[in-house]
Amino acid sequence: MLDISPQLFALQLMTGIALGAIYALLAIGLSLIFGMLTVVNFAHGAFFMVGAFLGVHFLGITGNFWFSLLLVPLATGAIGLVCERFLVRPLYGRGIDYPLLLTFGLSYVLIDVMRFAFGIEGLPSSTPAALRGSVSLGFGHFPLYRLFLIGATAAIVLALWLFIEKTRYGLIIRAGSRDPEIVRVLGIDISRVWLLVFGIGTAIAGLSGLLAAPTRAVNPEMGIPILAESFVVTVVGGMGSLPGAVVAGLLVGIVFAMTSLVAPEYAELSIFVLMAVVLLIRPQGFFGKAGLMS
Amino acid sequence: MNKHLFQFIALARQHRVAAALLFLLVFPFLMPYDALSVNILIFGLYAVGFNLLFGYTGMLSFGHAAFLGVGSYLAGITVVHAGWPWWAAILAGVAASSLVGLVIGFLAIRTRGIYFSMVTLALGQIVYYVFYKADHWTGGENGLRGVKVEFIDLPGISINFLDPLNKYYVIYVFVALALWFLSRVLSSPFGAVIEAIRENEKRAAACGYDVARAKLLVFVLSAGICGLAGTLRALHLSVVPIDSLHYLQSGQAVMMCLLGGMGTFFGPFVGAAVFLYLEDVVTNLTRYWMGVVGIVFMVFVLFFPKGLWGTLLHQLERWQGRQGGAA
Repeated sequence: MLDISPQLFALQLMTGIALGAIYALLAIGLSLIFGMLTVVNFAHGAFFMVGAFLGVHFLGITGNFWFSLLLVPLATGAIGLVCERFLVRPLYGRGIDYPLLLTFGLSYVLIDVMRFAFGIEGLPSSTPAALRGSVSLGFGHFPLYRLFLIGATAAIVLALWLFIEKTRYGLIIRAGSRDPEIVRVLGIDISRVWLLVFGIGTAIAGLSGLLAAPTRAVNPEMGIPILAESFVVTVVGGMGSLPGAVVAGLLVGIVFAMTSLVAPEYAELSIFVLMAVVLLIRPQGFFGKAGLMS
Repeated sequence: MNKHLFQFIALARQHRVAAALLFLLVFPFLMPYDALSVNILIFGLYAVGFNLLFGYTGMLSFGHAAFLGVGSYLAGITVVHAGWPWWAAILAGVAASSLVGLVIGFLAIRTRGIYFSMVTLALGQIVYYVFYKADHWTGGENGLRGVKVEFIDLPGISINFLDPLNKYYVIYVFVALALWFLSRVLSSPFGAVIEAIRENEKRAAACGYDVARAKLLVFVLSAGICGLAGTLRALHLSVVPIDSLHYLQSGQAVMMCLLGGMGTFFGPFVGAAVFLYLEDVVTNLTRYWMGVVGIVFMVFVLFFPKGLWGTLLHQLERWQGRQGGAA
């Protein structure tokens, strides 16, 4: 008989939410890019990995976590901008499979560039000094860094939501994802909007890599399983939906954490089974529109 | 001179199976060593199976490693744990991969387009984790070892399977059967239906074809061919690496198919040959093979989406058109 105390259950739930926060960030980036450009970024896991490497590297040089928190998304976003401009853009209008294939090739290149730059072993990562230790949550002690992870994700999601819903640029992005043709007619250069959105998506991917780095091993292959897992989140939440990405991200994180508590050997499997069940019952995902898939 | 060339090309295109098999018959003598030819033959078949779905039906699956891997593992498990003869192991592998194809296909064809690619990738990873965890049967992380088939016993003759050239021609027989079968499928009315689905799914449905059933059937056929390639690979390597189930292995089929030319009969073999030959050369020069293949692949996606064989066929047709116009 399994012996799980309520305290252990609550702590594991928090661990799941912290893991889910990373999933949610990844899925938001994927969904944002897909909603605008109808491109599935197969290099998303690679951008996550690049973010983790640059984060550890910048932290080593500057010694300031907050500074690298600012620098990493700028760097991965810049890489994303270059990739969109010179690699993805020539493929618009040539069928939806081509950008997907291209980003798959891009992920191979990014992995080997990191191997070349930082070696095949990866880098040792550590929790930033200011966020070490644990805090008491009433039902037990929880690592401070994971609490920070949840808070940071909430802040990023909120900022993104305000940007998309309340600003002029956000208005253009929303209009562009509904009908790019009309936006163009209104005199807005839609290709610059697409460029910006791809940059934001990859910046968030890099940021999530940086945030996840202290909780896992940083090596060139770390983005490979993450890509499959973020696809699970996107399918469960519904493609192109930001609330879907957040809800499904948290759910997948919690399912993973709870399965590791009850039956650790099935933890990886559980989230994929969750996706299969969602596909059977609601193929478009929680928040997806049925027409989006055709 | 041109007239004879025209006739030769027309003959080769009319008898595509015979032309392909004739080339593959002498292929080992063009390669630096036999193990590479065996590898190309097996991965060519894997890419051919994948091409049936991607090139001819227009469904980009990222989960085909599941079928290659299940074929390999079932052939391996029946040989290692049950002591089955080689032919029964091949049958078991093909049957199992077709069955897995039926289950994954049933779930995946509920989605379309890019969604389909993501879903097949994720469903394929389920198979990866299941075989990874069932280490009592599969050897887990280390892969399944000891798939020993030393002799292919046929009535009246026993072939030494350890000799690489013998190995090549034993596998060649299965590839020949698969290519003949594929050609029959493609030139049947069903073959016309799947190409109609690729061109316009709604129109095919409006014409009264059961699109969902056709898609599921072609998915299972494609899985079965990839499973056959997997069984042959298990017999060839005598081990089954766990990586053969990973989605990066699915990506390899995608790359080979695109490099050669999707939707062409012989393109996947060209793609497999180029990919594996390049891998052989590049890994001797540098350890950054992934980066090199990534760049090559991106160049093809950007500039030669028809692939090597597809571009060649296209140029040939244009040239024939010009010659025909001038005559």
